[in-house]
Amino acid sequence: MSVIVLVEHTGGVIKKKNFEAVQYASQIAKKAGTTVTALVLGTVTETEMEGLGQYGAQKVLHIADARLDEFHARAYSSALVAAAEKETAKIIVTLHDIGGRMVAPRVAVQLKAGLVAGALSYPDTEKGFVIKKAVFSGKAFAYVNILSDTKVIMLMPNTFPATKQEGKAVVERLDISFSEKDFVVKVKSVNKVTGEVSLADAELVVSGGRGMKGPENWGILEDLAKELGAATACSRPVADSHWRPHHEHVGQTGGTVRPNLYIAVGISGAIQHLAGVNGSKTIVVINKDPEAPFFKAANYGVVGDAMEVLPRLTAAVRKFKEQHK
Amino acid sequence: MKILVCISQVPDTSTKIVLKNNNTSVSSDGVTYVLNPYDEWYALIRAIELKESGIATEIHLITVGKADVEPVMRKALALGGDEAIRIDAESSDAYETAGYIAAYAAQVGYDLILCGKESIDYNNGTTGTMLAGLLDMDYIGFATDIQIESGAALVKREIEGGEETDTCNLPLVISCQKGVAEARIPNMRGIMAARTRPLKVIVPSKITAVTEILTYELPPAKAGIKLVSPDDMDGLVALLHTEARVI
Repeated sequence: MSVIVLVEHTGGVIKKKNFEAVQYASQIAKKAGTTVTALVLGTVTETEMEGLGQYGAQKVLHIADARLDEFHARAYSSALVAAAEKETAKIIVTLHDIGGRMVAPRVAVQLKAGLVAGALSYPDTEKGFVIKKAVFSGKAFAYVNILSDTKVIMLMPNTFPATKQEGKAVVERLDISFSEKDFVVKVKSVNKVTGEVSLADAELVVSGGRGMKGPENWGILEDLAKELGAATACSRPVADSHWRPHHEHVGQTGGTVRPNLYIAVGISGAIQHLAGVNGSKTIVVINKDPEAPFFKAANYGVVGDAMEVLPRLTAAVRKFKEQHK
Repeated sequence: MKILVCISQVPDTSTKIVLKNNNTSVSSDGVTYVLNPYDEWYALIRAIELKESGIATEIHLITVGKADVEPVMRKALALGGDEAIRIDAESSDAYETAGYIAAYAAQVGYDLILCGKESIDYNNGTTGTMLAGLLDMDYIGFATDIQIESGAALVKREIEGGEETDTCNLPLVISCQKGVAEARIPNMRGIMAARTRPLKVIVPSKITAVTEILTYELPPAKAGIKLVSPDDMDGLVALLHTEARVI
């Protein structure tokens, strides 16, 4: 018996959030008196896989099938089920991200396993197998008990920091025969926005609302984002007016972000917007209207005109970086 | 082409969450229930568009719930859809919900099953993937554009840091989000027509939930905002560094 964790990678590079998942799984395994096996799919170097040992994985199962270099939800699910069976794993961990969300629920029904989507805590085994998650778009938390023998946990990224330690995982090759059904969905084209920080993964986000007055003023917001190494986002009216692309829209009907720092510039803070950002660890609100409801949800507030405050903040960040080189 | 749209009833976004029974349940007193926005604005409206353009022949709407969800199903029918189905059960997790819907869908047989990317009450986003698993169908999640041509779907979907275009022959399950369709409001004709459209009540198949919610908790109140003068951005940066420790 072991704990198994799915580790995705981008072109052979394993990201920080995957380390978080490995470490999370290893903590659970330690408590259960067992070990962690990471499942890696597609083309990745031996060194990259061995490195998962630094986050607590004792073993890596590697399915090297090059078809898995592309994301195929069904093939990934089949692989995870096969790996779980091989390791007689009763606990399966993925991330609550795009990939994890397309794979884990399928694995759960196949294994008749209870699942927690967006786990925010380690399982509490005092009264069962109880995990905390956010509900009602962050307006409450629920403590969910998994009743089945096999358990699937989808960990919310950016919940537990990953800290590197000494360690090297043993890589073992796993060969499974996929069915044709596993590759029915064909990837026709991939269009990645390069050169920008991806919003879903961003630790810092600078977001603009109608208070920015028009798309021509976004330069000063982008300057701040660049200085911070932050992703840019926007409110719904901004996306609907085509000032910014739709994928930047965060809020109830757009995307959800959970960065360490969310800087909202000229966004009033409608409840629909808050639903998409209230998982942020720290919120800074810049708005010239002191009555803007967003101030109630913020940690830090600046009452002032965005056009004046933004360049000043960018300069302050630049100065800070110089001092802390 | 027959489409099934999965509908969930959720508390309106502006609802204040109040806990009761020693924090073991959420109060429904004074709560306004609406169609889950992702199910409505994106999944249902796209299904209607596909019927209007002659690609889909029939749209069924399905939900799991007791009689109190019927007003929301009527509202969905007012937007469009030929028939509504209510599985008469109070589901306690996504596994149970997906199980009921899959059992019904397997009997009828659908070419396309659409759902929203997640419901705004339990924020799981798992029902669609589970349905695909239970029905042994293919699944594309987080769609931002859906085109159907000669029995195949061309779907744009969100990936990390961009988007991807996938193709897949039907049958297929797709979860929908922003971009898939433009929001609409029901017109008078739709509202009148919805009254006479069938709303079938189905006895649920035997499925047992695999999770249970033991308790709920409200987030702690924010400690209170610290205001920083617009002339002191160095001060703000210092606070973000030393106090919030985010930069």
